[in-house]
Amino acid sequence: MRSLLSQLVLATGLVSLLAGVGPAEAKDKLTVYTYESFTADWGPGPAVKKEFEAECGCDLEFVSVADGVALLNRVKLEGVGTKADVVLGLDTNLTADAKASGLFAPHGAIADLNVPGGWKDDTFVPFDYGYFAVVYDTEKLKSPPKSLKELVEGSGADKIVIQDPRTSTPGLGLLLWVKSVYGDKAPEAWAKLKSKVLTVTPGWSEAYGLFTKGEAPMVLSYTTSPAYHMVAENTARYQAASFEEGEYLQIEVAGITKTGAKNPLAEKFIAFMSGPKFQDVIPETNWMFPAGKTDKPLNPAFDRLVKPTKTLLFSPEEVAANRKAWVDEWLAAMSK
Amino acid sequence: MRTRQSNDSRTTAGIVALVAVALLIGGAFAGLVLEGARDPSGALAAFDGYLLRVARFTLWQALLSTLLSVAPALLVARALSRHPGFPGRRLILQLFTVPLALPAIVAALGVLALYGHAGYFAHVLGKLGGGEWSGIYGLSGILIAHVFFNLPLATRLFLEALGTVPADQWRLASQLGIGARPAFRLIEWPALRSALPGVAGLVFMLCITSFTIVLTLGGGPAATTLEVAIYHSLRFDFDPARAVVLTLLQIGLTFVVVTALTRLGANTVGDANLPVAPRRYLSAGKVEAVLNAGLIVLALLFVAGPMVAIVLAGREADLGRLAGEDAVRRATLTSAGLAFLSALLAVALSLSLIAARRALALRRRAGSAMSLLEHATDTGAGFVLVVPPIVVGAGWFLALRNVTDVFAVAPVMVVAVNAVMAMPFAIRAVRPAYDAASERHERLCLALGISGWNRLRLVDWPSLRRPLATGFAFAMALSLGDLGVIALFGSDSVQTLPYLLLARMGSYRTADAAGLALLLGLVCLILVVAADWMGREAKA
Repeated sequence: MRSLLSQLVLATGLVSLLAGVGPAEAKDKLTVYTYESFTADWGPGPAVKKEFEAECGCDLEFVSVADGVALLNRVKLEGVGTKADVVLGLDTNLTADAKASGLFAPHGAIADLNVPGGWKDDTFVPFDYGYFAVVYDTEKLKSPPKSLKELVEGSGADKIVIQDPRTSTPGLGLLLWVKSVYGDKAPEAWAKLKSKVLTVTPGWSEAYGLFTKGEAPMVLSYTTSPAYHMVAENTARYQAASFEEGEYLQIEVAGITKTGAKNPLAEKFIAFMSGPKFQDVIPETNWMFPAGKTDKPLNPAFDRLVKPTKTLLFSPEEVAANRKAWVDEWLAAMSK
Repeated sequence: MRTRQSNDSRTTAGIVALVAVALLIGGAFAGLVLEGARDPSGALAAFDGYLLRVARFTLWQALLSTLLSVAPALLVARALSRHPGFPGRRLILQLFTVPLALPAIVAALGVLALYGHAGYFAHVLGKLGGGEWSGIYGLSGILIAHVFFNLPLATRLFLEALGTVPADQWRLASQLGIGARPAFRLIEWPALRSALPGVAGLVFMLCITSFTIVLTLGGGPAATTLEVAIYHSLRFDFDPARAVVLTLLQIGLTFVVVTALTRLGANTVGDANLPVAPRRYLSAGKVEAVLNAGLIVLALLFVAGPMVAIVLAGREADLGRLAGEDAVRRATLTSAGLAFLSALLAVALSLSLIAARRALALRRRAGSAMSLLEHATDTGAGFVLVVPPIVVGAGWFLALRNVTDVFAVAPVMVVAVNAVMAMPFAIRAVRPAYDAASERHERLCLALGISGWNRLRLVDWPSLRRPLATGFAFAMALSLGDLGVIALFGSDSVQTLPYLLLARMGSYRTADAAGLALLLGLVCLILVVAADWMGREAKA
């Protein structure tokens, strides 16, 4: 009698457990790993989530980490067991490394991409691009540096906030920028720049937050950052410095993981990402240039931005082969 | 027959607790060794200039922090001992225990709110330095925070040492009319000197394993210690080989320091038993009295400053909005739940070890040597203090990442590691009461045949209730304020209050961080005050 009763209890328990799990499983879910400023209230995340969920009738969950390099580290750390279907927010400096990890799957056909230098990659798809730049506060800095050399070697005592290349794609971008200008002399350049660095933040959002709070007159950001202040705040106070050596290009990409290859929503999301609904959101939330077709024209403020005289970019393979050595070089210079 | 049975159940409990602790620490070591063996060339390559610089900075900042804490503490302790009737002396000494109860991240925030770029003193400091105050990120910030923690601790320990000077010596000195300087040389200095190596060693050890302070106030790769570098190598670069080497180096370093410390006879738990009754045999001269008063006031201001800043900055925060925020509520619940479980586990482990030790001691014939097991239950627990939480966390992080989602095991890791770290403190709170109760009831229980659970519930519980609560509250405060383990294992889905606080500090939402710090600091302070109060009542 007693055992019968306990079996009954167990059975009903199981049924209710299954029933409880049922509905949640019924709605399909897509998990996208990305960086913090993408999912922030003022970032593209909320709009993207709304648009995509309406289109697919599914759940879109964002999981965010500090910045792009941390994103790759997180996925590598989780390995094949990762919950991410799509990883959004790597850049071309990381794609070769990401591919070598064997954690990503090729994407399907993508149409109408528009990034400088064209696009050929079977695994990653670009969603926006921009140029790294030193952004400065015109109220505190009357004569901004005119070249990277002036920033590094100049006698000015004005401070700059930069990002850590071990976690942040802008941080890595500056490292590569310095490398492409100084080559083997990069460690000496960092040793000189070090005294002007107020602090090294893990991600772009922290650095930019410090800058707009007035803690430092300069920050490493993008040529497109002033557009935000012109459009959203109607002020021309923050400007990008134009450097003689040219600006380093960043193309931001997304890719489907091996986990995501089993989820049909992942492929759908990548197609959605290249389409106008996603691309329309990018310029005025992520403050970057769209990598695909948009429905509405760019805000005229984007025409008033600094235009790079020369575009600097290492190939993904070059970065993959040297990234650890160069980051160690940076660490050594910065920890002296 | 009965004796053996009762003793066996207690011994078994002790063995279970020891195995649990050994598994936690041993598992971490296994994770490190396995990871190192997988990629020995990578581990070798990680021995580079960066590693040496980090190790050098770790030692350098610990050395400076020790000097800056211990030297002034000698003077302040002497001043306090010379003026037993100093106004508010008791209050000052009580205030000097507060830093021990404050979570490091809360103290770091207090230091920033006072001396930081936008701190309360920024204006004055800027004027003094001629120009805009650039803040205290880097070595200076680390040193200020370490002195804030360790100056009061060292002062109390030195004061305790001065309290051991026999009253006869003072009476004699006073009868002979000895002046202040010879009195110091002949009476005070010998007492202080004998305490000096132990106190300095303890402070050095605390600074060498300091994680949160360096993480929050370091401000870049130039001011990085081994523990922070371990965190960076796992959460920033994800460079397991480097993590292994850094962790082994940290273990080696702490091992050397602790070995040296035990040789010097240090008090590694850092608790001072201050004499209550004031004695005054030598009256200080006028100049000296003024100097001493100035010293005491300076030390008081230095220690009270960051605490006041925490309260002031916290009150500026929009506490209502914070309390309504989803993330804050979730973090509070997570913190409370994890700290509760961790404290429960800490107390259970401690009680098992204490009971086993007592049972083994009873069984042992008088005069015979302690068995290895008894040794382990006696002093073994203290050794967990040698292994910093970050090290245990790093080992398990490396071991688990191939098996499971490391971020999903965060709650288990936080509870287990914090429980084991709090164990030595809980043992200290409970053991005297347990041994005393056993002394009274052992024969009675034997005669009545009460053992195991019934004995614990009916006989031991009434006398253990209070000390257990003391240990529990203390363990809970420790666990609530910990940032070490959660810094490694935390993620979007599992956040504790210190983790959320770090995130808000990181994104420079200073007002939010200040509000959270006030909340966290208050809760921990209340818990420690309650623990202290219950401990006193239990003794009375």
